[in-house]
Amino acid sequence: MATQNTRALARFMMAPSVILLLVWMIVPLSMTLWFSFQNYNLLNPGNVSFAGLFNYQYFYSDPAFFQSIWNTLVIVGGVLLITVIGGIGIALLLDQPIFGQGIVRILVISPFFVMPPVAALVWKNMIMHPSYGVFADISRLFGFRPVDWFAQYPLLSIVIIVAWQWLPFATLILLTALQSLDSEQKEAAEMDGASAFSRFIYLTLPHLARAITVVILIQTIFLLGVYAEILVTTNGGPGYASTNLAFLIYRTALLGYDVGGASAGGIIAVILANIVAIFLMRAVGKNLDR
Amino acid sequence: MGSITLNKVSKSFGEAKVIPSIDLEIVDGEFVVFVGPSGCGKSTLLRLIAGLEDVSGGKIMIDGKDVTDNAPAQRGLAMVFQSYALYPHMSVRNNIAFPLKMAKVDKAAIDQKVTDAARVLNLTDYLERRPSQLSGGQRQRVAIGRAIVREPSAFLFDEPLSNLDAALRGTMRLEITQLHHQLKTTMVYVTHDQVEAMTMADKIVVLNRGNIEQVGSPLDLYSRPRNIFVAGFIGSPKMNLIEDDYARSKGAKTVGIRPEHFTLSRDSGLWSGTVKVAEHLGSDTFLHLDVDGIGHINARCDGEFGARHGDRIFLTPNETKLHRFNEQGLAI
Repeated sequence: MATQNTRALARFMMAPSVILLLVWMIVPLSMTLWFSFQNYNLLNPGNVSFAGLFNYQYFYSDPAFFQSIWNTLVIVGGVLLITVIGGIGIALLLDQPIFGQGIVRILVISPFFVMPPVAALVWKNMIMHPSYGVFADISRLFGFRPVDWFAQYPLLSIVIIVAWQWLPFATLILLTALQSLDSEQKEAAEMDGASAFSRFIYLTLPHLARAITVVILIQTIFLLGVYAEILVTTNGGPGYASTNLAFLIYRTALLGYDVGGASAGGIIAVILANIVAIFLMRAVGKNLDR
Repeated sequence: MGSITLNKVSKSFGEAKVIPSIDLEIVDGEFVVFVGPSGCGKSTLLRLIAGLEDVSGGKIMIDGKDVTDNAPAQRGLAMVFQSYALYPHMSVRNNIAFPLKMAKVDKAAIDQKVTDAARVLNLTDYLERRPSQLSGGQRQRVAIGRAIVREPSAFLFDEPLSNLDAALRGTMRLEITQLHHQLKTTMVYVTHDQVEAMTMADKIVVLNRGNIEQVGSPLDLYSRPRNIFVAGFIGSPKMNLIEDDYARSKGAKTVGIRPEHFTLSRDSGLWSGTVKVAEHLGSDTFLHLDVDGIGHINARCDGEFGARHGDRIFLTPNETKLHRFNEQGLAI
């Protein structure tokens, strides 16, 4: 297969798509980098000048900056925790032969097909609303005062909504991994006297390691940029309590009209994403090469 | 200790009755082979003994204790699977140690037993490797090692050699037989290969469609098959089954003659035929003959008998070694 000839041909054939992707990535990145060093405000678009590191300094000194980074990490970490643990649990249940398996599986997958703003609106107005949400009804049923989720626990509310959306994805990936577990291995472990719990720890979990890694990596990419759910529910508040980095950039760019500042924020977000990526690849990446 | 008794054991999957009813006695220390064509229920029977399937009826006793409702681990049996079923993320050492770890044996004792098992099975140099880094035969030995360390009352083998190449199969066959002589533990072995059955077994159980056709020692089955099925299944090349005037002249519906029970000659004999194919193995030659008035016959002759395709030869069946079967296919 891999003769000199075929390799050269392969490179040649791949070139158009590689170049397209490269341009697609390089152009926005370099433009963002360029704007991040400019004084460029849409309220005063005629007056564009070189700003040096001012934009970075400005963004860094924003009181919301560190909180938004922290919030970003809480959202990523919280959602990953819920979806991985919950996903394993649901996948284990769905792997059992049950009546109406097909229907149940479709129902479990369905949240993934709901668009983020719609899902967030449903949660905001029908589930978590303090006066006519389902949670409020349940609280009242037991005689408790309804919780005003978005005022009292804004970040937790966002985490719950996003976790609900990503749980099906994790479940789906983990379920397929679970189904590829060799049944003779399970039986061998059973013969070896392993209890259901030991079988899970020593056999199922190691088998799922690679799928869990995939879930974590893919979800992290998307969770770093959670935006729509925040916009339609808390709008980043109260204060900056539920503002993450993506939302802070949106605020700077489209509410403050500060293109330069937002670009600097964007570059910081890219750097943060890379730090997280390096950290993740070190922690779980070794599961991928087996 | 490892006697196994099956008492009217039956198994059905939904409507399909895989095993109608089986009674079988396995004596302590015996090497028993279940053999039969694919789909005859031999693996199912083994899994019933192991406890991996629930019986639909009947009782299973191990050492006189009724274990029908016991979980697999409580039966004190160890099983070697067709796919070896090694744990891929564990080293060979941990694979072998796993059942002991589950039984909460203390660490020093585990190390001792794993080392011993590895020495017996020539795995000492591979203890730190993963199963994926081993060859088929080595994986097989790890699977056996995992079974040995538990010191079970009986070993169950589910077609353990079918994933190996022919040469390795021969070696492993020998190793398992030697292991049996060494451990003297009961072994129950499932295979569809009658050569494995003949070479390894103390007792062969021939199964067909969930029924036991015959139980006996290899030579028993070879020289005194109870019916046509056993006669045709045991022995390689297959026994010739002849139904015609010749059979009637011997007072039977069917007459069976093993390929080795012919006298072949170039100039005279009872029957004459043409050689279709001659397979020269060196020590023996297998002849596929087209015999006039009878049809296809397998014959086995000396390696020196230089028959070739198209040769005319004469053959005479050895009348003292005939097997005669009646209308129901049973031996007379």
